[in-house]
Amino acid sequence: MKILTLVRQVPDAEARVKINAGAVDLEGTTLVIDGMDEYGVEEALRLRESGANVEEIVALAVGPKRVEDALRTALAMGVDRAIHVETDEKLDPIALSRVVAQVAQAEGAGLILVGGQEADWDSQALGAATAERLGWPQLTWTNELKVEGETLTGRHDVDDGNESFRAPLPAVVTTQQGLNEPRYPTLPNIMKAKRKELRKDDLGGYGTQPTVRVVNAEIQTRARLNRMIDGKDPQAAAAQLLDLLRNEAKVLA
Amino acid sequence: MILIVAEHAGGKLAKATLEMVTAARAVLESGGGREGPVTVLVLGQNVAEVANAAAAVADQVLVADLPGLATYTAETWAAATAQIAGEGEAHTVVIGGSRSGREYAPRVAVKLDAPYLEDAIRLTANGDTLQAQRYTYLARVTETVEAGGPVVVVTVKPGSFAAAAPLPTPGEQYDVELDLPAPRVEVTGRSVEKTSRVALTEADVIVTGGRGVGNSENFSAYVEGLADRIGAGVGATRAVVDAGWRPYAEQVGQTGKTVQPKAYVALGVSGAVQHLSGMGKSRYIVAINKDAEAPIFKVADYGIVGDVNQIVPALIEAAGK
Ligand SMILES: Cc1cc2nc3c(=O)[nH]c(=O)nc-3n(C[C@H](O)[C@H](O)[C@H](O)COP(=O)(O)OP(=O)(O)OC[C@H]3O[C@@H](n4cnc5c(N)ncnc54)[C@H](O)[C@@H]3O)c2cc1C
Repeated sequence: MKILTLVRQVPDAEARVKINAGAVDLEGTTLVIDGMDEYGVEEALRLRESGANVEEIVALAVGPKRVEDALRTALAMGVDRAIHVETDEKLDPIALSRVVAQVAQAEGAGLILVGGQEADWDSQALGAATAERLGWPQLTWTNELKVEGETLTGRHDVDDGNESFRAPLPAVVTTQQGLNEPRYPTLPNIMKAKRKELRKDDLGGYGTQPTVRVVNAEIQTRARLNRMIDGKDPQAAAAQLLDLLRNEAKVLA
Repeated sequence: MILIVAEHAGGKLAKATLEMVTAARAVLESGGGREGPVTVLVLGQNVAEVANAAAAVADQVLVADLPGLATYTAETWAAATAQIAGEGEAHTVVIGGSRSGREYAPRVAVKLDAPYLEDAIRLTANGDTLQAQRYTYLARVTETVEAGGPVVVVTVKPGSFAAAAPLPTPGEQYDVELDLPAPRVEVTGRSVEKTSRVALTEADVIVTGGRGVGNSENFSAYVEGLADRIGAGVGATRAVVDAGWRPYAEQVGQTGKTVQPKAYVALGVSGAVQHLSGMGKSRYIVAINKDAEAPIFKVADYGIVGDVNQIVPALIEAAGK
C-alpha cells in the first residue's frame, strides 16, 4: 500500500498574526509544518514500522515556493518522496481536495492522512471533501490507528465521546493530537532528505480554482478589563472576586 | 428553498437546530434574493418528536424516518442531504457546526458541486453570493468570506445565533424517501462521556482546571467543588485530559470544545493558544494562576496571582455565604 500524507505550512502557533489591508500578512512570520499534519506524517511512518504492508510514503504539499520547507521536514522525518504542486493561488479546502484526490489516484494511494483541523484556516473540511471526490470512506479525529491487510481499525472522537471503528481501505483518515508523538528529524536524516526526490508539479493541470473568496480579515480584539487582584490574602481576594463577578460583571447571582 | 439539516440527540431536537433556523432567516431577510421556505430535514429513526419540535419553528419539515438512518455516518448523512437538496432545488444548505456536521458537510458540497462556507458566525446574502464571517488562525482572526452559485453549503458555529422562537402555526410535515448507500465504516465500540452537569456548550458559567491544580483529587475538590457551588459546567485543558484526570468530553480548545459562556473561570491554566482558541470569546474571563507572567492573564478580565490550593478553597467558602 502507498500512503499519501498531506503537509501544509502554517504560522508557528506562538507567532503573532498580522493583518495588512484586510488580509492576513505572513511576511516575516515563522512558518512551520501544521502540527495536525505532522501527526499524519508520523503515523504513516509508525504504520510501516509496526509491520503494515507499506510500500511507499509520499508527502504532498500545495502552495507557494516556501512550502518546500514543510516537505523537507517530512522527508527528514522519514517519508520516501515528496510532491510539490507549486502555486501562489490560495485554494479553499473544496478546491484543494480536487488536487489531493487526483494526486492520490495518479499515485495509486490506498490511505490518505490529513490533519484534522488547519491551524491557519481553522477548517476541518479537506479530509472529508477528498474522501467524497474519491468515493472513499473517511475517519476523522482519529486517535488510534491500525492497518491489517485491507482493513483499517482504530478509535476516533465523535460528538459525544469516542468510537472504535473498522473500515475498508482505501480510506481517508484525519489526524490529531494524541494519535502519536511526532519525532524530530535527526541530523543524518536531514542530510539524507536532501537526496530524496522532491518533484515539482504545476497547478494548471488539475483543473481547479478557488470557490471561496476572502473579503476581509480582522484581528479579534476584545478589550479585556485586565483587573488584577492581589492573591496574598486568599480570603480577601476571594471576597473581592465574587463581589466583582456579582456586582460589576453581573454574571453570578 | 433553504434546507436545514436538524441536529438531534436522544430523541430531542438540539438547540443548534433552533440557531440554524435563525441563521437561515438572516439569509432570507438580508434581501439577497434567496427565498424560503425555511425547510428542516430530519434524518433518523423514530424521530416523530424531533420532527414536531422542528415544525414549531420551520415553514416545513421533511422527515426521513428510516432504519438506515438509525445511527449517524458521514456517508449516509451526506447522501441523504445532497439528495434532498437536489430534488428540492435548495439554494442554501445549512448544517450544524458540530464535529459530525463539519465532517459530512464537505461531502455534501462536493456531491452538489457547491462551494462550502464553514463554521459561520454570521451570514448574509447579496444577490448570487452568500457572505459569512468565521474565525481563523486559532480563532485569533475574524475573516469575511463569500461564495456564489446556485447552491452554497454552510455550517453554522454553535452558539453564534439566537435560538428561533416558535411560529404562530407549525410548519407542514412531509415524509421523504431516500436512496441510501450502505455505510462502509463499522462502529465496533462506543464510549459516551456523560456528565451530570450542564453541557459545556450551554453553560452560562464554566470553571476549567489546568495542570496547575495538581492532580485529579484536587481537580474534584477545587474545580468540581467551585462549579457545584456556583452552578457552573466543568472544563479541562488538554494537559489534564492527556494526564487522564478528566474525560475528553470536558476538553476546551482547538481539539476540544468551543465555548462562549458569560463567565469562564480558569484555574491553573497557562493559556496556550490552542486553549484560548476554544474559550477566548467568553464574555468575562477569570484567571487564577501563581505565575504572574502566564499568558492567560493577557485575556483575563479578573486575575488573581496566587496558589489555587489557597485561593480556591477560600472562593468555595465565600461563594457559599
Ligand atoms: C495540535 C495541538 C492541539 C491542542 N489542542 C488543545 C486543546 O484543545 N485544548 C487545550 O487546552 N490544549 C491544547 N493543546 C495543548 C496546549 O498547547 C497546552 O499544552 C495546554 O493547553 C496546557 O494546559 P495547562 O494550561 O493545563 O498546563 P500547563 O501549560 O502546564 O500550565 C499550568 C499552569 O498552571 C500554573 N500553576 C501551577 N501550579 C499552580 C498552583 N499551585 N496555583 C496556581 N497556578 C498554578 C502554572 O503557572 C501554569 O501556568 C494542543 C496542542 C497542540 C500541539
